[in-house]
This record gives sequence, structure tokens and C-alpha cells, in this order.
Amino acid sequence: MMHEWLQASPLVLLSIAAVVALIVDALTPHSERYTYRFSLAALIAAAAAAIATIPFGGIAFGSMIRTGGVSSVFDLVFAIGGILTLIAARPYIAARNFEHDEFYTLVLYSAAGMMLIAHAQNLLITFIGIEVMSLSFYVLAGYFRQTVSSIESALKYFLLGAFATGFLVFGIALVYGASGSFDFSAIAGAISKGTLHFPRLLPIGIALVIVGLGFKVAVFPFHQWAPDVYDGAPTVVTGFMSTAGKAAALSAFLPLVSSVFPAAADNVRTVLALSAAATILIGNVAAVVQQRLKRMLAYSSVAHAGYMFIGLVAGNMRGLTAVVFYAAAYLFMQLGAFAIVAILERDVERSLQLEDCRGLSARHPMLAALMALFMFSLAGIPPMAGFFGKYYLFAAAIESGYTWLAIVGVIGSMISVYYYIGVVVFMYFKDAAETAVSSEPEQIERAARVPLIVSAAFVLLLGIVPTVLESWLANLWK
Amino acid sequence: MASSLLLVVLFLPLVVALILLGIRSERVGVHRWVSLATALVTFVLSVPLYWFVDHGRSDFQLLTSARWIPSLDAGFRIGLDGMSLLLVLLTTFTMPIAIGASIGVVTKREKEYYVMMLLLETAMIGVFVALDMFLFYVFWELILIPMYFIIGIWGGQDRIYAAVKFFLYTVVGSLLMLVAIVWLGWYAQTMTGHFTTDFVKLRELAPHIPLDVQRWLFAAFALSFAIKVPIFPLHTWLPDAHVQAPTAGSVILAGILLKLGTYGLIRFNLDFFPQSAIEYAPVLAVLAVIGIIYGALVAMVQPDMKKLVAYSSVSHLGFVVLGIASMTHEGIQGAVIQMVNHGLSTGMLFLCVGVLYERRHTRDIAEYGGVASVMPRFAVLFALAMLASVGLPGLNGFVGEFLTLIGGFRSPYLNTWAYSVVAASGVIFAAVYLLWMFQRVMYGKLANPANESLPDVSRQELWTLVPIVVFLVWIGVYPRPFLQASAASSRATVEKVLYYSVPQKVAHDHRQRIPVTTISERP
Repeated sequence: MMHEWLQASPLVLLSIAAVVALIVDALTPHSERYTYRFSLAALIAAAAAAIATIPFGGIAFGSMIRTGGVSSVFDLVFAIGGILTLIAARPYIAARNFEHDEFYTLVLYSAAGMMLIAHAQNLLITFIGIEVMSLSFYVLAGYFRQTVSSIESALKYFLLGAFATGFLVFGIALVYGASGSFDFSAIAGAISKGTLHFPRLLPIGIALVIVGLGFKVAVFPFHQWAPDVYDGAPTVVTGFMSTAGKAAALSAFLPLVSSVFPAAADNVRTVLALSAAATILIGNVAAVVQQRLKRMLAYSSVAHAGYMFIGLVAGNMRGLTAVVFYAAAYLFMQLGAFAIVAILERDVERSLQLEDCRGLSARHPMLAALMALFMFSLAGIPPMAGFFGKYYLFAAAIESGYTWLAIVGVIGSMISVYYYIGVVVFMYFKDAAETAVSSEPEQIERAARVPLIVSAAFVLLLGIVPTVLESWLANLWK
Repeated sequence: MASSLLLVVLFLPLVVALILLGIRSERVGVHRWVSLATALVTFVLSVPLYWFVDHGRSDFQLLTSARWIPSLDAGFRIGLDGMSLLLVLLTTFTMPIAIGASIGVVTKREKEYYVMMLLLETAMIGVFVALDMFLFYVFWELILIPMYFIIGIWGGQDRIYAAVKFFLYTVVGSLLMLVAIVWLGWYAQTMTGHFTTDFVKLRELAPHIPLDVQRWLFAAFALSFAIKVPIFPLHTWLPDAHVQAPTAGSVILAGILLKLGTYGLIRFNLDFFPQSAIEYAPVLAVLAVIGIIYGALVAMVQPDMKKLVAYSSVSHLGFVVLGIASMTHEGIQGAVIQMVNHGLSTGMLFLCVGVLYERRHTRDIAEYGGVASVMPRFAVLFALAMLASVGLPGLNGFVGEFLTLIGGFRSPYLNTWAYSVVAASGVIFAAVYLLWMFQRVMYGKLANPANESLPDVSRQELWTLVPIVVFLVWIGVYPRPFLQASAASSRATVEKVLYYSVPQKVAHDHRQRIPVTTISERP
């Protein structure tokens, strides 16, 4: 009994911490500093627990929750994402005189929701996790309640998200009706043994589940909300949503891909493959024409979801490893990029345009160099983490017979290079315009630098020595 | 011992670049002289490699092999054969000259400049020594970043356009190559049970790939390399990049970067896919000949000296590609030596153009005239570079062009001497545009008063130009040490192609050596 709690400790720790933070906040107003420190400590503890529980794979709590293994790796990714977000967020919201306890508590809640998704062994748990995460994100997206764009973003996200949740619930209900179970392995078993109660309901159910989850990942054709929401939400929140949030939604696919889909039908893979291809192309093409940095990153994040989908399509061990690896690599490069956007936005006081990056290398050499690093990594240029992630994904695709999908991925990368190096062009090759804001280099707080340096270090580490994560992952599937 | 020397040559510039990053940018002198010293030391260290590599052997030597990513069997595998040896030496020789020519000329952001130069050196050497496809690709792409910044930050008027074009062209080609690399790894997995990017293992397997797939793989590799060479009609990035890049950037572009493409064609396309290479040989040869003539004709009408030299590169590289497409011993040997020659003579031409540009800040041929009378010593050096480029017997250019043309004549795969006949006319064109340019710039009356008081070459410029002259004459008079170095590996390549050129033998061999898993049986 006790060991179940220990095995699931990252999830348990963070859930308890979130509840405690919420109650304490309610009783003690204006305790931002303490909530911040408490949340940070909780996330660090969860990260440590995640590392410790990786070897202890198993099923716990009446086969509701998977523990250890890949779930713990995901926990680690979410926890690190949360830590970096918190550190980047504090100066960002403080600069707008809008620091409140809820922000930190909501980040804790959303991270706990993500962990629940990654641990789910049961469709209901998946659903609860998705709801906990999404509800926190709805609020976080509208956190700047005086800003129209933030409210618009939250409202859009909420309406569409609620709609997608409807699909998901309906799909879960149909799958349950067809198979008589919420448990992934029981569903897969029922399908392969042919003991379904209502076989005709199953494909509809699975399709609806894919729609619901596909919306959360923001893959074609359910990606429309992403650019608007990502653009309008507070930048640090966008960073967290578009990386850890996306990884969490992808983690919901993993048990489906590895057990349920292969039993169900082969054409599920075809659907996923087509969706991945369309996502990659649309995300990248749309990103090319964006003038606003945040919007460009938002579209590119759609494209990156498409890349990660390639690994799901492959569905083999290498493919799933690649998904997790890419999710981790993507977290660092995208979060780093958004943290820089958040810092730059402070000078501009409006949504950051590409033009605002003019001559950044002269004003903030450090920021420009790191931004260039993240851009090259996102574009998939070696030796950065993004390159190895793509290499691994393409290898998985070719291995499973989807060479054409790898080629689409490559074409997407070619397009993406254009807009990623466009940022570098503005930062390094164009001199600051006369009208440029604050020619005086502004000091960046030490705290705001931490997430940048940590992200950059991981982008290089995962690029040059990918085995630190990859060999670890590969052993987990066995 | 010898293999650790190769490691030092490869990583010394990178290590120094990282150290320089930590030194404040105000200390310009440190950045200048430390990077120059590093490039010189790297060259001095690389010279003994010539003797460490046994020229009689065609296999790879001075091997280093370390595990890197075991699950994909991507390893840190490096080594040298005669051909890559020559190109490594060309790189280490060119870099101190390029850095030396930049000191005092590059005036903004010097720290970043020298860091980029050293980073570039490691990446270029890395491409030539990599014996693992994954590692090769990493170095191949790593070149892009410093070169992109060198053109984009320190370039001329339209530098941004040129830098972006350069980057996009190269990336488009190389990403398709990436798919081909992964596909090869997967093919190895179906054949041997292990995914691998080990060059030596793959080149054993690759010729057995079914021909219909092999053609695509050949095309993916060839496209990537053809963009880099550049082969007509993929050459349009080259004039922009060359003209906009700073002088040292042009020297490196012409001297080394273009050779990456031709090196890749020999090393990968011929060695991996001999059957497809035979099929594609006429296509390559036609494009090469078009490049020779087209590049020469366009060079003839350029009013800008640098652009003229840039187009002459298109023409000269055409000879290299023709030599490769001939797939004869003479042709490939000619191609390798012509790569070295072109690096030296065109690099020197760019330096000479840079010398004039530093004095007058224009590259317009019409702005000059009669310069020889005020800069007599420069006139001699410029003339040597020009004549070497033309292919005058006694200087280096002649050797390479002659051998590639012979290769084209005798090639059993091209099967007609028409290519060589047309290509030979390119030599005459080269004489026309280069001599005419030289005449308009250096001779005639001193019409423009601005030219009347131009100082002759400085000591710094002499130091960068004279070492090249030594090699121009050396290779021209006594090319044997150079040809001999690459002879064994070029013969091995030719023999491999010849072996697979007999169809029955291929079929027979195919049945014999390959387990019966083919492409149709993939999961």
C-alpha cells in the first residue's frame, strides 16, 4: 500500500502542494513571495521524486495509474517546465504590477494535471488530468484581466476547449460502451480477443477521443485556436502551455498508440499520419508570413506538434522514445525563446514585432546569442537538441515504413529555416532603427537569466550528448 | 599518436574559439593574434599528417572511433585517406591566410569574427575527416552557421539577401540528404539487424540496394552536393554569396566550401551507389560542361571583378565535376588536384581583388586601368594568380584541367569525347575573360586620377599572397607528391565503379551476399 504512494510520489506531492497553496492563499492575502517559494520548492521536490521513481514502473491504485518509467520522465519534464516558467514569470508579472498568489498556484495545478495525464492507465484519469490542466490554463491565459487580448485569448480557449472536451467525453463513453472498460489494457484486450459488446461503437469512440486529444495537442484540423490563444495569453503562460501542455496532451496518446490503436485498426495510423503531415505544412507555412514574434512562435509550435506526431504514427519503440525526447528538447528551446520574448516585451509594452529585434545583438549580446541558439535548435540545425530530436523522429518514421512522412517533415523543416533565421537576420544583420525603443541597454534581473541559461545548457547538452536522455528512455520500454 | 594528432588538428580551433568567447571584446589584439596563431599552429600540426598517412593504401587511416549514440550506432568516427588528407591540408593552409588577410581589414565586432572563423575551421576539417554519416552531417550543417554570420554581418551592401540565400539553398539540399542518410541506416538495419551510420559498413552495403531506390538516394545526395559545388543550374547563390562576403569569406568559400560538394560526390555518390553513378554520369557530365561554358560566358561580361572571379569558379568547378563523372583514374585524380588548385588560385584571385578594394573601395573594372605602373609588385602576384587560373602550363591549373579532360576523353561510361572537346573550349574562354580583365585593370593608361597614388602591396598582403605562389609553382612543376597522395583512394573508387559496371556480376553478387529481405518486406 505504502509503496504505491511512493511510486506515484511526484504526482501525489504536487497535487497536495497545489491544494495546500490554494487554501493558504485564500487565508493569507498578499503572500506572493511565500507562495512563489513554496511552489518552486514543491516543483523541485516533484522533479527529484520523478528522478527517483523512474526505475519503479508498475500499476497502482487499483490499476488507475501507471507509475515510474516513462510517466516519471514526463513528470520530470513537466516539473522542469514549471520551475523555469515560475522563475521567468515572476519578474514578468511583477513588471506589470500584477503579481498575485493565484498565478503560482495555478501553475502548480496545471502541472499536477499534466502529471495525471502522463500517469493515466484509465481513460477517466486521462480525462480528469486534461480537465485540471485545461481549467488552469483557461484562467492563466486570461491572467492579465485588464488586457483585451488576454481576455480574448482566455475566452476563445475556454469555449473551444470546452467543446473539444465534449467530444472527448463522448468518445470515452462510446469506447466504454463498446468495450465495457476504461482501462487501456482491458480495452486493448477486449478488442484483440473480440469480446466487444458493441463493436460498431468502437471506431466512432476512438475517432472522438482522437478529436478531443488532437484539439489539446493542436494538430490539424484542430489547430485553429492555437495561434490566437498563444498570441494573446501572457507570454510566460504561452511558453508553458505550448511546451509542457502540449507534451502532456501527447502523453495521453502514448498508451493509446502502444496498446489500443494497434488492436483497433490500421487506418488509425493513416489518419494520424495525414494529420501530422498537414500540421507540419500548415504550421510552417503560416509561420512564414507572421510579423509578430509571438504569433510566429505560436504557428511554429503547431508545426512542432506535427513533428512529434510522426513518432506516434511510427508507433514503435523508437517512435515513442523519439516523441518523449522531442517533447523534452522542445520544452527547453521553446520555453527559452518565450522567456526571451517575455524579457523583450517589457521594453516595448505591446506585442513584440520582428522589427523590435533590430540590432538586438548590439543592445543585449547575451539575449541575442541565446535567441539565435534557440532559433537554430528549433530549425533543427546540429548540434542543437532540435536536430537530434528530428533525426530520431525521421529514423522512426522510415523504420516503420513512413518514408514519405519523413520527407514531409524535412520539407517542413526547410520552410521553417526561413523564418527562424529571419529572427537572426533582424537581431544580427540589421542595425537598430532610429525609432527603436530604449537604446539604453536595460539591466536584466539575475532571476530572469536563470531559465535562459538552463534552457540553453539543456539544448546543447541534449544535442551533443543525446544519450543522456535517449538511452535512459530506450530502456524504459522494455 | 598519429590519430591523436588528427584529433588535435580537428579540435584545436574549436577549443581556442571557446576560450576567445570568454575574453572581452575590447581586447581586439588578443582576438586577432591568438586566432592567427591558432590557425598557424593548426597548419603546422597538420603537415606531418602527410607522412603519417600511407599513400599506398586506399583504406582509412589514423582512425579514432568512439561511441556516441549507441542506439543509432552513430559514433565519433574519424580518419583520413589520401584524398581527404589533401583537402584537410588545403583547409589548414587556407585558414591562416584568410585570418591574416582579415586583420585590420575587418573592423567591426572583431571578437565574433575570429570566433566564427575558428569555428568554421573545425567544421570544415570535420567534414573531410568524418567517417560516420551522422557526424558528417553534423559538421556539414555546422559550417552553415559561422558562414551565415560571416556573410551577413561582415559582408557588403546586399549581405542579408546573400546570407539568407546561401543558408536556404544549402539547407534545402542537405535536408534531403538527411533523409537519405536515415534511409541508409534503416537499410543496414534490415540487412544486418543494426541501424548504423558507420561509413565503412554502409559503403559495403549500399551498392546492394535495389536500383530503383538507389537512384533516389543518389539523387538526394547529389542534389545536396550539387548545390554546394555548385553545378549549373543550382549555382545562383554563389555569385551573391561571393560578392557580398568579406574577402576572407570569399577565399574560404571558393577555397574550401565548394570542395565539400565535389568531395561528397566522390566519397558518397561514387562509393555508395556505383550503379546509379554510371547511369547518372552523362547527366552530370552534361551539366558540368554547361557549367564550364556558361560560367565562362557570364564571367566575360561582368563589370565587377569579384563577380567575374565568382563566375569563373562555376566554370572551373565544372572541370572537377567532369572529372568525377568520367569515373576514370585520370579524371578523379584530376578532379582532386583541380580542387586543390582551384582553392589556391581562386583564393588568391579573391585576395588580389581584396587588395584593390581596400585601396579604392570599388570593384568596378572600369574604375581601374594602368594600375601596374603604380603597383608593380602587385602586378606580378596578380598575374601569377590569373595565369594559374587560366591553366598556363608550368602553373598548377594546367595539371588538373588536363587530367580531367583526359578522363573525359577516355571514360568508358561517358563513351564519347564530345564532352571533353566542348569543355576544352572553356579553357580558351577562361583565358579570354581573365586576360581581358587583367588587361583592363592593370595595363593601359592611368586614366583615373584616383589610381595615381595607390601604394604597392603591404608586408601583410605579401605574407598572405606569397605562400600561395609557392604552391602554384610547386604543383605546376612537380605535382607528383600531391597526385601520389590521392592515387590509391581514387584508384579504389574507380575499381569499385568498374566492378559494379558489369550487370551480370551485380545480379550474381546480389544473390550471393544479401539475405533475402528486400524493400517490399518492410514492416
